[in-house]
Amino acid sequence: MVIMMKGVKDRSIDPASQEMLASASRAGLETAWDRFDKQQPQCGFGELGLCCRHCNMGPCRIDPFGEGPARGVCGADADVMAARGLLRALAAGAAAHSDHARDVALTFQMMADGRAPSYQVKDKAKMKRLAAEYGIAGDSPTMMQDLAKSVLSEFGQQQGTICFTRRAPAKRVAIWQRLGIDPRGIDREIVECLHRSHMGVDADYVNLILHGLRTALADGWGGSMIATELQDVMFGVPTPIRSRANLGVLQADSVNVIVHGHEPLLSEMIVAAAADPELIALAKSKGAAGINVAGICCTGNEVLMRHGVPVAGNFLQQELAIATGAVEAMVVDVQCVMPALQSVASCFHTKLITTSPKAKVPGATHMEFHEESALDTAREIVRAAVENYPQRNRDRVQIPDFSSEVMIGFSVEAILSALGGSLDPLLGAIKNGSVRGIAAVVGCNNPKVKQDFGHVNLVKELIKNDVLVVSTGCSAQACAKAGLLLPEAAGMAGEGLRGVCQALGIPPVLHMGSCVDISRILVACAAIANALGVDISDLPAAAAAPEWMSEKAVSIGAYAVASGVLTVLGTVPQVLGSANVTALLTKGAAGVVGGRFAVEPDPFSAARVMIDHIDRQRARLGI
Amino acid sequence: MPEIFVRLDRCVGCRSCEMACATEHSAGKSLISAASEHPRPRKRLYVEMAEGTKLPMVCRHCEDAPCASVCRTGAMTQDPETHIVTRDAEKCIGCWMCAMVCPYGVVGRTAEGRVALKCDRCPDLDVPACVAACPTHTLVFMEAEDFSELLRVDAAARLARGYRSRA
Repeated sequence: MVIMMKGVKDRSIDPASQEMLASASRAGLETAWDRFDKQQPQCGFGELGLCCRHCNMGPCRIDPFGEGPARGVCGADADVMAARGLLRALAAGAAAHSDHARDVALTFQMMADGRAPSYQVKDKAKMKRLAAEYGIAGDSPTMMQDLAKSVLSEFGQQQGTICFTRRAPAKRVAIWQRLGIDPRGIDREIVECLHRSHMGVDADYVNLILHGLRTALADGWGGSMIATELQDVMFGVPTPIRSRANLGVLQADSVNVIVHGHEPLLSEMIVAAAADPELIALAKSKGAAGINVAGICCTGNEVLMRHGVPVAGNFLQQELAIATGAVEAMVVDVQCVMPALQSVASCFHTKLITTSPKAKVPGATHMEFHEESALDTAREIVRAAVENYPQRNRDRVQIPDFSSEVMIGFSVEAILSALGGSLDPLLGAIKNGSVRGIAAVVGCNNPKVKQDFGHVNLVKELIKNDVLVVSTGCSAQACAKAGLLLPEAAGMAGEGLRGVCQALGIPPVLHMGSCVDISRILVACAAIANALGVDISDLPAAAAAPEWMSEKAVSIGAYAVASGVLTVLGTVPQVLGSANVTALLTKGAAGVVGGRFAVEPDPFSAARVMIDHIDRQRARLGI
Repeated sequence: MPEIFVRLDRCVGCRSCEMACATEHSAGKSLISAASEHPRPRKRLYVEMAEGTKLPMVCRHCEDAPCASVCRTGAMTQDPETHIVTRDAEKCIGCWMCAMVCPYGVVGRTAEGRVALKCDRCPDLDVPACVAACPTHTLVFMEAEDFSELLRVDAAARLARGYRSRA
């Protein structure tokens, strides 16, 4: 059957994406949107979470209409299948965040031992604060080594607790302990997910999901938080800074290097290498004006937050960036890097450069990155990009003339400083109603949703109703491109929020960083809850992932819920084939952990759900 | 008139056609809502496994359809122009004569009632739901001549390849 080609306006609200999609279509370049269309109809069993490939008696499927099989060969019913599938997705997501954190911690340890000369401590004060949390004396000569050892031990530890979980309010920790979901060790919980979802282990969907929440907590308050905190120590705590976002940041007369992926261990070095006078001179000798680094996805967010390196786009723009014909090298590490990139790159002069031993792409140039020689490798990578500049075909260059100015860099420390050093002005604004509540809008792009439509409309609706928005990841990049990350965007906010933003000189949407930096949002929630003497689940706050697609998002959603936050999903999770699992996640969880999921694909309705929740929370708090 | 044809070598047994059929014949017409509907939506075609091969079995809407000719109450009728055989649930008495004479075994029954159920070729759709849902294009909706041409071109290509490799 012939599938009608959708118009570019049905695929994205971003004018830069629309322009590049039209151009890609004319050139016969296939994008994720085309492949998504070719996948239609997607398998109904998969959509409902009613298929299982966990053993070789299967694959098994359960008939959602009750006519065919109601159980797999082993006897697993819809509840078990949906819960086990969810658990495995969550484990993969938690593993991705935590393995990223492990690499950061290992690099920190090598740096402490003097074996990673490319890296330095940028924020000693923060390092001392972290050491104190781990019970390590700040003046100890082995402080760095001890901190590295303590942090790394939390990955492999079998018993005990994860240090940063104790940043949560005591009431929250008590709930986790009562339910038996206080995580014991980061890797242990992930491994146990795989064990429990093996054939013939856990057949109780409630028990499975409770362990899922424990694993997610080991991500949010463990792996992700460790990544954020050590990255801050090594690369600096973000502070407000201005930059630009969208494909228009690519420069027609410069060597364009795009960093894409997730770990700042690499992108920080690329940014440093691109400032090397020798390489800039080399670029000039090739006829370029200079070297322009731009980011995509979370590694883009990391260098945006800390150095103001411009953002070329979010997840669904990775192929479109190459299609501009103006990219000399796209340097990638791990996560959200589409395997399709090499086929787009091969249509242009662009070099796709993979750097992680964990993530290779056939056809791409592999320049493996190691902590000991990081800056040298980064220089080689940038040199390869510069030397590729003369291969650029100028007739094929098309850079959309769209980019928006942004103000970013809102770490918890930066927000506190914007508030004058104390949470009181924010608490006051919440109490007097000028700030109705706080919403975290995060997550990916997904071709199931018109690109950025979910993010931008939800966020606009929230700020219009005086809800202060904090954002990370591809959602923050969507807001960046839509001009929402500027103090001037306060004009789009309701009267109360507008006044607060204008008084503080901040945007109504605060970019808090990459996806692992959602841990910053947890820290902020904990601080606000502690200041008010309540639990996180009592706050006038809610979260949303309007265009989520990755397994990491499953873990994030689960740790948000387990931390007591109502979390609204814009795309449907693959569990609806089990009425019991669906009811537990969307209703039952509220009575147990205080948070729950809701599914609402329409961003305007999602805003309503979040605002109604915030209003109910305010009424309960008596404010 | 286009018909539903089955390309016998392509089915992977994913049963997407069955799911799309049941969904199209549900009240909400979406998979998500259909999964929780009562009475349960029923499919009208069946993916069978025979002799190691997966095959979707769907009503052929035969000329001089046996199911229609044996129906004593006039519930099962064939449209003289489109040749589509449909059944009127009000008139069906559940005698199952139609099921007994169907050469393909594609007359089923409703989930709760004692009423025959069969393919109505999706009167609200340009392309039947099962065909639209088939990810491997096992099911196609086309004129008989076009389908034969499709097979003929495939066969000619196989012949040509065989001839060339021999030469």
